[in-house]
Amino acid sequence: MENGEAVVQLKGVRRLDAAVSTPLRIVIAKPGLDGHDRGAKIVARALRDGGHEVIYTGLRRTPEQIVRTVMDEDADLLGLSSLSGAHDFLFPRVCALLVEAELVDVVVFGGGIIPEADRAPLLEAGIRAIFGPGTTIEEMLAFVSEVSARRASGEPSGVGEGGDWTWQGTGAV
Amino acid sequence: MDAETAHAAAKAGDRRSLARLLTLIETGEANGVQLGFSSRAEDGRILGVTGSPGVGKSCLVDRLLHEWAAAGERVAVLAIDPSSPVTGGALLGDRIRMQAADDLDEVYVRSVATRNQPGGLPVRLAAMAEALLDCGYDRVVVETVGTGQAEVRIVAVADRVLLVEGPARGDSIQAEKAGLLELADIVAVNKADLDGADRFAEEIRGSLELTGEAPPVLLVSALEGTGIPELVSALGQLGPARVAQRARWRERLLSEWEAALLTREDLDELLDRLESGDTSVSDIVETFYRGGG
Repeated sequence: MENGEAVVQLKGVRRLDAAVSTPLRIVIAKPGLDGHDRGAKIVARALRDGGHEVIYTGLRRTPEQIVRTVMDEDADLLGLSSLSGAHDFLFPRVCALLVEAELVDVVVFGGGIIPEADRAPLLEAGIRAIFGPGTTIEEMLAFVSEVSARRASGEPSGVGEGGDWTWQGTGAV
Repeated sequence: MDAETAHAAAKAGDRRSLARLLTLIETGEANGVQLGFSSRAEDGRILGVTGSPGVGKSCLVDRLLHEWAAAGERVAVLAIDPSSPVTGGALLGDRIRMQAADDLDEVYVRSVATRNQPGGLPVRLAAMAEALLDCGYDRVVVETVGTGQAEVRIVAVADRVLLVEGPARGDSIQAEKAGLLELADIVAVNKADLDGADRFAEEIRGSLELTGEAPPVLLVSALEGTGIPELVSALGQLGPARVAQRARWRERLLSEWEAALLTREDLDELLDRLESGDTSVSDIVETFYRGGG
């Protein structure tokens, strides 16, 4: 998304006083042994306020349980949060299991404490965006909005759909 | 994936297709008439679970899921949470307390937002429940929000109603005020591990006895797992629904009426016209009555 386009233009948001469209379903998950979910809850709440249906898994889920939730809930997006340092194993594992389960069109994003050096392999595993501390709610919603636009136009954005698109931020600091 | 393909694959046991099918029904892109499961015997296979927020509905349902699954039953849950009337967004958190949802293959849990029915039941809920039965689930549990009109409206969808109560919510007069006791086919007083639970159960029993045919009142603890096998057994032996058939029809009629209104393609247009003073509520209702709508 270009600079200046950061104004949140949410596709999929249905307001009762606006045209009816279908909200996106987003799973927010905490994989592994990590008891910190303040960030995940804030993200869940922000996405809810952006007009989406957010399913929060609760703490300490295995990759298998997360994939099961994504499947059963017919989710469009999956947000993974980790502050334990195990993201380098857990995130790619979830991505691989999603592809194995033929959930290739699910768009995966990550957040938490992810060192710069760890980002490239995660993006390579199919994660499309990584949000660290300081990310604004507006940026998260802009990401979801862009994902929605890409899906609508058939551009690859899912975990198993290939292509080299990753979220480059809104340009806002 | 189109509805027929998803339906066929879901019936063959594919979870991904089942999830997709439910989405198509939820959005109105598919329906039971088209897929051939629109009518259903009221055979007690759809259980409504209601009760105020915080009494432990989700935890208790989780216990029941484990029991039913151990007995070889396939059970689906539709867990309802409210959509925001302002943004349309929803936070769906019932799954957190349902371990069975993530671990047992016999169990399918789907979180459902109320969407354009913020204070009520999702308009396609009945069709979603019927789809699950059609796709091979032995039983469907509908867990309600716990407040508002949905609590009464649940009888339009569920064959039987389990009311979950808990101690430390004031005296039993609070429970009577809500009017939910009259709907319940069975009452579970949860949190039996807390002081005062047995006395609370006695109070509820006492007040129900005044109404004649009283539903069973059981003490359970979802936390500790006590009373759960007894509850499962009581659920298996329920008599005919306590809610009169007439009241059930009334709720169904209201439910369908609202659904028809809320899913009208010109709903936004009507609201626009109301907002601009171009028409009035009574004019619109009049048009509907005359069959012009």
